[in-house]
Order: sequence, then structure tokens, then C-alpha cells
Amino acid sequence: MTSTSTTARFEQELTISWRERVRRGVLGTAPIFFVLLGLLVWIAILNPNFTEPSVFLAFLKRAAPLVILAAGQMFVIVSGEFDLSVGSLVTAVVVAAAGLTEGDPDRTWWVVAALFGLGILVGIVNGIVTTRLHVPSFITTLGMLLILEGAVLYWSGGAPRGSLPDNFRVFGRRGIEDVPFVEQLPYSVIILVVVGIAAVLLLHRTTFGKQLFAAGGNPRAAALSGVDVPLVRTLAFVLSGISAVIAGILVGGFAGISQDAGAGYEFQAISAVVLGGAVLGGGRGSMVAAMAGALALEALFTLLNLLGLPKPLRDAVQGLIIIGAVAYAAYRLRRAR
Amino acid sequence: MSAVPATLNRVTRARRELGSDTALIYGVLALVALISWGLILANGGQINLANTLVRSVALGMVAVGQTLVILGGSLDLSVAYQVSVTAVMASYVMQGDPDRMLLGIGVVIAIGLAIGLANGLIITGLGVNPFIATLGTALVLRGVLNSSFDNFAGAVPAEFQALGYGSIGPVPYSVLLFLAVVVIAWFLLLHTRFGHHLYAIGGSEETARLSGVRSARALIGAHILCSLTCVLTGLFIVSRLRAGAPWVGPDGNYDLESIAAVVLGGTALSGGKGGVLGTVAGVLILALLDNLFNQLAVNTYLKDVLRGVIIVAAVAAYALRNYRSRA
Repeated sequence: MTSTSTTARFEQELTISWRERVRRGVLGTAPIFFVLLGLLVWIAILNPNFTEPSVFLAFLKRAAPLVILAAGQMFVIVSGEFDLSVGSLVTAVVVAAAGLTEGDPDRTWWVVAALFGLGILVGIVNGIVTTRLHVPSFITTLGMLLILEGAVLYWSGGAPRGSLPDNFRVFGRRGIEDVPFVEQLPYSVIILVVVGIAAVLLLHRTTFGKQLFAAGGNPRAAALSGVDVPLVRTLAFVLSGISAVIAGILVGGFAGISQDAGAGYEFQAISAVVLGGAVLGGGRGSMVAAMAGALALEALFTLLNLLGLPKPLRDAVQGLIIIGAVAYAAYRLRRAR
Repeated sequence: MSAVPATLNRVTRARRELGSDTALIYGVLALVALISWGLILANGGQINLANTLVRSVALGMVAVGQTLVILGGSLDLSVAYQVSVTAVMASYVMQGDPDRMLLGIGVVIAIGLAIGLANGLIITGLGVNPFIATLGTALVLRGVLNSSFDNFAGAVPAEFQALGYGSIGPVPYSVLLFLAVVVIAWFLLLHTRFGHHLYAIGGSEETARLSGVRSARALIGAHILCSLTCVLTGLFIVSRLRAGAPWVGPDGNYDLESIAAVVLGGTALSGGKGGVLGTVAGVLILALLDNLFNQLAVNTYLKDVLRGVIIVAAVAAYALRNYRSRA
């Protein structure tokens, strides 16, 4: 009975017209891509320069840290957890880089290595406390946020010291010059593309990625089928920590040293992932859509800026749009059932 | 087959769970109190219990509201801005005029009801995850507040400041207000249908709904009550400061601190287990630590680090204990 109906459905699948296929393909795509496209078109109408490659690349350069953070956060959210510590980690990276290099270009490389070490360490601690000590990740990473924020301020005495050497800042600031069509190809855009491709492959094309989805969807079932749930979740936190270090290096190059370089990034990254259709609680979502969510959020900031809205009102509109988008996704999910 | 109705079973179970955990948490509180007072006295400082209590009032009331929503499996990240909205609107409406006091209080209560209702409806009606829903409301409130006010607005009349500074004998009004909030919430949770429903929803929303609990209604109620506790905290703060400014809520860090206090008090972040008495202990532990750090002149920034470590360690201890007892 079941098998015949399955066969029948399978045959039906084979015979559906290409129109139907296209229709299903379009409907199946996460709505975030249409939102992103709409926002970009709107920006281009208000500011025709936006279609010029160099201006668009400048937009991507600005968006790179958030997109990379969203990619890192996506691993954690798919596995069923949260990472609230990424914003403070970005700040820690910027302030520590300035304090450790003190503007000396010779120190850049070991400092960058040390920063990656810090990011990996933060991820491991978040992961172990969450998975082995059974502390909800909301509290673990909130504690980590307090610890990193306090440590940064304590170490710098309330005002960041030192400065960032030029060979540290190049990543967020400069690019390959004299590239045809685009004048300058920013390093941050190259890093963004590399990180993006790596993240998509890692989540959707590897066993590790499948185990993450399994751990988030139903941890018990995953554990019974042989997935080391604590291990894959800890690795997700490590990936999030690494993404925060990369984002921090870009932010430091782009915006310079600041006490609140990373403030608010944790909530923006989570919002971006959720805008991309991922479900808080884990087990569902697409990496490309999460990164599109981050781009859409950044495009929204650009658009609201172009529309001349004061900064506070931009917050309010952002809040409404996030609620609206998630409500729409919830509505679609209910209807699909 | 016992003939005990399911609800009674659940209540007795809830009471039993509350009993054991609350005892543990108050044990921790007593320990923290002894250690911190010992350290303070050893360093030649003074113990000021009334002061510690008054300092707990603002966070305490919000944390009680936060307990209600967390027990129901929800969360409110917009409390800090709700406190700001209340503080600003109260002083803006009152304008230092005693005759406008009631009007001011009425306006902020109405705003509180509206925000709580909005949060509850977005979560239950639109099916938005509470984390995102209340984060969104927080952004909206922040935006509206910061675009309308950029400094202290208006003032509350001197009479109103009695709330913040007055007392009956040695007991400050504000502490009495806090106690009243705790008693009301405790009564609601353990002795009304609303409270039992909230525990049931937090335990398993689906099971509760299938057993005939109107889960949306109870959750909306919890969000409205949570917003009302924010209104009380906002009124208390504005009575201390004489005027409200947009940053009073976020500066007090009420959103994350209230959640930390609730969890420190033994309430499960996933809902369904815990209670307000634990939360009171959580708030007092945070206040005692704060007092200790101040007396010992610990660096402000180092304080944050220590607080982070202590919160995570405490929650880890509870979690491990529960995990063991289940295994």
C-alpha cells in the first residue's frame, strides 16, 4: 500500500512539467532571496551609483563581518544552541590586537595566530560548559560575554591602548588594485567569498554538517545513531569563535580601535540567521540563506540610511521587519503542515 | 489507579520540586551572605542590610516578571527598554505636578499593558520565537524612545519620590512593594489555575494544549504581568532619580541580569520548573556579591568577569545536580 503510493508519487514526479518544476523551485527558495533582491533594487533606484561594481563592492566590504559572523552563528543554531558571545569576542579581538601589536608590524603574524587561538579557546569553553556541564547555551555564552567584556575593559583600563599596524589593517581596508572593471577588489570581499564557500560546503556537503543537523533536529535520535552530539556541538561553537576572530580582524581594519567595536553584533548575527529561515532550536536551515539574511540586514541599514531616517528610527524599523519576517516564516511553516 | 485528578498531581509535584530546590538555593544564599559579610567585617566595612535590599528592588521586580514568562517557556528581552519607557513617560506626563501623579501612573500602566499584550500576541498569535519577538520589541521601543527623547524628560513631584526614599519605621516602601509583588506572583503560581497552566505550558506546550489548557491565553497573561513588573521598576527608578532618561533601563542591564537572576534562582530556562522564591534568592545573591565587590573595592571591570564566572558556575552546579538525579 505504502510502496505503491510511493511508486505512484515517484512516477508523478517524473512526469511533472518543467513549468511545475520551475514553480516549485521558486516557491521552495527561501523568501529571504526575494527580500534581498527587493532591497538591493530599491537601493539602486534611490542611488543609481549602487550598480557600479566599485560601489557594490564597497557595500560587500561593509557587510563582510556580519555575513561571516552569521555563517559562524549558523553552525551553532543548526546544532540547537545560541552564541551570544560573538559580539564581545569581536571587541576583544580588536582591542587585544591593538594592545599586543602596539603598532609594530613585525608582531602582526604571531598576534593574528594568538587571536585565532583565543577564538578557538572561547569556542571550546562555550562548547564544553554547554555540552558537558549542561548549562543552557544562552547562559554559557551570556557569561562568556560578561567575562570577555569585563576582561577587555579591565586589561585596557577603560580606554583601548596601542594601535593597529598597517599590515594588520590591510585585510579590512585595502584590496588588490587595478583589477579590470572594479578598480579595487577588497581583501575583505575575497575573504568573505572564501569563508562563505567553505561554510556552505562544511554544513551541506560533509558528514560533520549532517551530524550537526541531526544533533539539532533530535539530539537523542542523533546520539543513538552514533553521533557524538557534545563533540559536534562543541565544534560548532569553535567555528563560531573562529568566525568572530575573522570578523574582528576585518572590523579592526575597517573601523579602527574602539571599545564597542563588536557591540550588538551577536543579536544582528542571530537575526540574520533567523531572517534566512533557520529555526531557533536547531535542525533546520540553509547556510546560503543565512548569509543572504545577513546581506539583507546590511542592505536594510543602507536603505534606511539612504531614506534619511535618523538612527533611532532605523532601530525601530529593523525590529518591526525582523518580527514580520519571522512571523511570515512561521505562517508558511504552519501552512506547509 | 488513584483517583487523584491530574491537576492536583501536577501541583503537588510542582510543590515538591519547588521545595527541594528552593531549600538548596536559600542554602547557597545563606552561604554567600555569611562569606560576604565575614569578608566585609574582616576588612573593617559595615553591613547595611536595608541598603542591599533597596538595591535589589529594581532588578527584583523585573526578575519576578521574568520568572513568570520563563516558567511558561517564553522569555522577555525587552524589559530594559520597558523600564526606560515607564521612567521617561512617568516624569514626562507628571511634569513635577502632584495633581498629575495619578494620570502619570495611569498612562505608564496603560503603556505597560499594551506592550505586554503586544509581546504575548506576537509570540502566541504570530508564532514568532520569543527570543526574536521580544528582541524586536526591544529594538522598536529603543528606536521610538531615542527618537522622541534625548535626555531627562520632565520630573516627578516631590510627593512621588516617597516611593523611592520613604519608609514605615525601618522598612522602606520600595521593599514592601517588592514583597507584595513576590507574594502576589507566588500566590498566582501556586494557588490559581493561571499558575498551574503556566507550569504545564512550560513543561510541554503541546501536552498542555492537548489537555485543554488555553496556552495562548496564559502566556499572554504572563507577558502582561511581566510588563507590569517593568512598570513598577520604572516607577521606582524614576522616583529615585526624579526624572527618567532613555538610558536608565539599558544601563541597569535589566534584560540579561533579570534572566541571570531567574536562572541563578533555579528556574529552568526551558520553562516548567522553578518559582519566584528561588528568583528572590537569585536577586539577593547578585546584590550581596555586588555589595561585597564594592566594599572590597574590586575593579569595576573585574566585577563583570567575576559575575560571569559565578553565574555560569552556579547554573552548572544546578544542571549537574538535576542531571545526576535524572540519570
